Amino acid sequence: MAAILELRAVKAFYGQSEVLHGIDLAVEEGGMTVLLGANGAGKTTTLRAICGMVRSEGQILFAGRRLERCTTEQIAGYGVAHVPEGRGTFIGLTVEENLRIGAYAATGRPHDNMQLMYGYFPILAQRRRQQAGALSGGEQQMLAIARALMMSPRLLVLDEPSFGLAPRVVEAIFGIVERIKREQQVSVLLVEQNASLALEMADRAYLLETGYVVTSGSAKALADDPQIRRSYLGY
Amino acid sequence: MHQFLQQVFSGLAAGAVYASLALALVMIYRATDLVNFAQGEMAMFSTYIAWTLVNAGLPFWGAFLITLAVSFVGGMAVERIVIRPVENAPILTAVVVTIGLLLIFNSLAGWIYSYTLQEFPSPFPDRTLFGALMTTRDLGVIAVTLMMLVALFCFFRFTATGLAMRAAAQNPESARLCGIPVGWMLAVGWGFAAAIGAVAGIMVAPVLFLDPNMMSGVLLYAFTGALLGGITSPIGAVIGGLIVGVTENLVGTYLIASQLKLTVALILIIIVLVFRPNGLFGTAVVRRV
Amino acid sequence: MSETVPAGTTEKLAISGGSGASIAAWRWLGGAVLIALAVVLPFTLSNYHVFQLTQVMIYAIAVLGLNILTGYNGQISLGHGGFFAAGAYTAAILMHRYGVPYWATLPPAALMCFALGVLFGLPALRFEGPYLALVTLAMAVAMPQLLKYFDTWTGGQQGIRLAKPMPPIELGTDRDRWLYFLVFVVLLIAVRIAANLLNGRTGRAFVAIRDHPIAAAAMGINTARYKTLAFGTSTAFTGVAGALAAIVIGFVAPESFTLFLSLSFLVGSAVGGIATIGGAVVGGFFIEFVPNFANDISDAAPWAIYGMAMLLFMYVMPRGVVGTLGPWSTRHWLVRATQQFRAARDAKKM
Repeated sequence: MAAILELRAVKAFYGQSEVLHGIDLAVEEGGMTVLLGANGAGKTTTLRAICGMVRSEGQILFAGRRLERCTTEQIAGYGVAHVPEGRGTFIGLTVEENLRIGAYAATGRPHDNMQLMYGYFPILAQRRRQQAGALSGGEQQMLAIARALMMSPRLLVLDEPSFGLAPRVVEAIFGIVERIKREQQVSVLLVEQNASLALEMADRAYLLETGYVVTSGSAKALADDPQIRRSYLGY
Repeated sequence: MHQFLQQVFSGLAAGAVYASLALALVMIYRATDLVNFAQGEMAMFSTYIAWTLVNAGLPFWGAFLITLAVSFVGGMAVERIVIRPVENAPILTAVVVTIGLLLIFNSLAGWIYSYTLQEFPSPFPDRTLFGALMTTRDLGVIAVTLMMLVALFCFFRFTATGLAMRAAAQNPESARLCGIPVGWMLAVGWGFAAAIGAVAGIMVAPVLFLDPNMMSGVLLYAFTGALLGGITSPIGAVIGGLIVGVTENLVGTYLIASQLKLTVALILIIIVLVFRPNGLFGTAVVRRV
Repeated sequence: MSETVPAGTTEKLAISGGSGASIAAWRWLGGAVLIALAVVLPFTLSNYHVFQLTQVMIYAIAVLGLNILTGYNGQISLGHGGFFAAGAYTAAILMHRYGVPYWATLPPAALMCFALGVLFGLPALRFEGPYLALVTLAMAVAMPQLLKYFDTWTGGQQGIRLAKPMPPIELGTDRDRWLYFLVFVVLLIAVRIAANLLNGRTGRAFVAIRDHPIAAAAMGINTARYKTLAFGTSTAFTGVAGALAAIVIGFVAPESFTLFLSLSFLVGSAVGGIATIGGAVVGGFFIEFVPNFANDISDAAPWAIYGMAMLLFMYVMPRGVVGTLGPWSTRHWLVRATQQFRAARDAKKM
């Protein structure tokens, strides 16, 4: 299958320090790719490089477009929806306002997408007029994902969606994400600490360690790979 | 009692002007953590533009609207051209830039229009109402300010751009990820602030007489009002401005003559702040460690 | 072989070993050159220029006070003009009413302003950011009004006229140069005190409080005490500068100490480099000379030129002159110059 997102020899910098040393990765169209790695491996940095939030070198191709020189807003406009680490919810706005904001870069009519989101996440419909800051962690994560989907993206980028959530909630959310991926034909790039759960859902996986890709392959193959255990636990 | 009500009412009219400028300050502060020290001088400059238009023969409200439009564009231009180079610099650097801007506007106004006091026409007839309790001019100022506030509220609540601006001010990074051009939202914010300042200037000019230093006292009171209400709260800015206006008038009438009026008013307000260090409606910044 | 060792290798060696000594040596040499220059200069310039340089140094001491509070301790002050006035009037009243000799007014001015600063700093503990700005602003605004109000002491609107001090006859210098050296000595003492304070425990506590007050408190630093100390020390410096101004100019009046003075100090501080000591001198030059320079360019709108100068400095050097050039110069230019010298010398030995 064709790759909707491709990174070639991408380096990223925080100030003068190089933190990504030439990453190659690809996300298949309609598929789900997961980035694994311990803390500090560079997973979030990779996502930020894709969205133009850190200084980078190398090639970043999205649906045939080069993203390196684009601003974050432009990249969102091209159809990349990024749910950042910590959700990035607009806590001062209501649930419904959060969704409306998500549709700022949308091509379709916001109202149609909103009904769709309420279909996937009924709890958001119930809480539509509440301040987003009053929602629980799981609900905020759902809101963040729904917000990202409001723009009818071609690529959904999720940064640690399971962070701080109870396992049951995480499973529920991942189930919905998988459903959305199938039904809406969205490609997904996922960064996760929870390796086993992520590998169950994903097609391809990459393992990062201190800014390098150390292993990559199909998710099934990596699920049995002892390198992952070594990378996380050190033995 | 009658005098008391009179002073309260004229204080509200003065307060409406302070409230407007305070709102402009808060609008910019919410988006950038920056107090725009040049807000008063920009408003003064806008007022001179209105004065020029009226002198050229335009009807008052026509000149008013054109001035608002020009000020809006001017405010946007100031943000994009003057403030943008220091948007990632330390706050103090940006503060110094606004101080520089203050001097530039003040000096330019003096150079173009001279320092002589000018009369500025009031659109409101000069009559008293309700048995000399209030003047039509005061009522007019309050009415115009109220209409402006309602219009702003509707804009920010019900329009897509207003929502985008609120989002951009709250969380610029997330806003970018949603495709919102945060830089331009900031510019629009400065545009609004400049237009609001223009309204304040035009409303106060008939009373204070137009000269390049007209707004310096107003800015001080507006700054005080904004902080009293809570520098992050637009409603607080309005209420704070009104309170400052009334306080200034009452202190001037009952406590002390004009020289020390400012000092006493400031001290009173600071005493309030000692008990509420984030203003009446401000929220304390909760820092997670 | 007279081949210069490639720059990359020597740079690493120098950073790890010799550069510490060479930077200190350069600093010492630079300081000595500046002091020599400052001593010789007044004898080559006209009286008016000497007066201007004296003003520069007075402003430098005032801005140094502001740097201590706002730069090193992170507490913004828009009111230092008021403390400058307090020092000036303390000196003026002591000289005019009680016949205190001019040089003896400096310690009382320092103490008075230190006390004022502590008095101010205690309630200021409750405020941060723009709120603190307002509280200090109130000081700047209130001061001229209070000075006019208590006119039996302060001479009200008219101010106080003072006799300019005569230099000791033995030295044979004239008045302007004598005052220049007086201020110069005070500046050196001020810089010395500031350097000792800021490079030691107290300075580190100040900076810790500025950057992360919660962590500082968790480490056992008494933030309230240090913040108040910072305030008092800062205002003491600025107060002494004010006293010197009263002595040198020979006249104090409320109109000289407006809000604009406070803003000028802040601008001078930012232009020089808010968290530096040397920046205070640069700031002093800026405050004294740029308005005059602006007047020469355009006497129709001189303040507009002044404002544009501020913008220019902030665009080109957002961290101030010393803040931007300081680290750059000591780390790169000087080190590289020393390396090249050493490399050339070693190459010759071979």
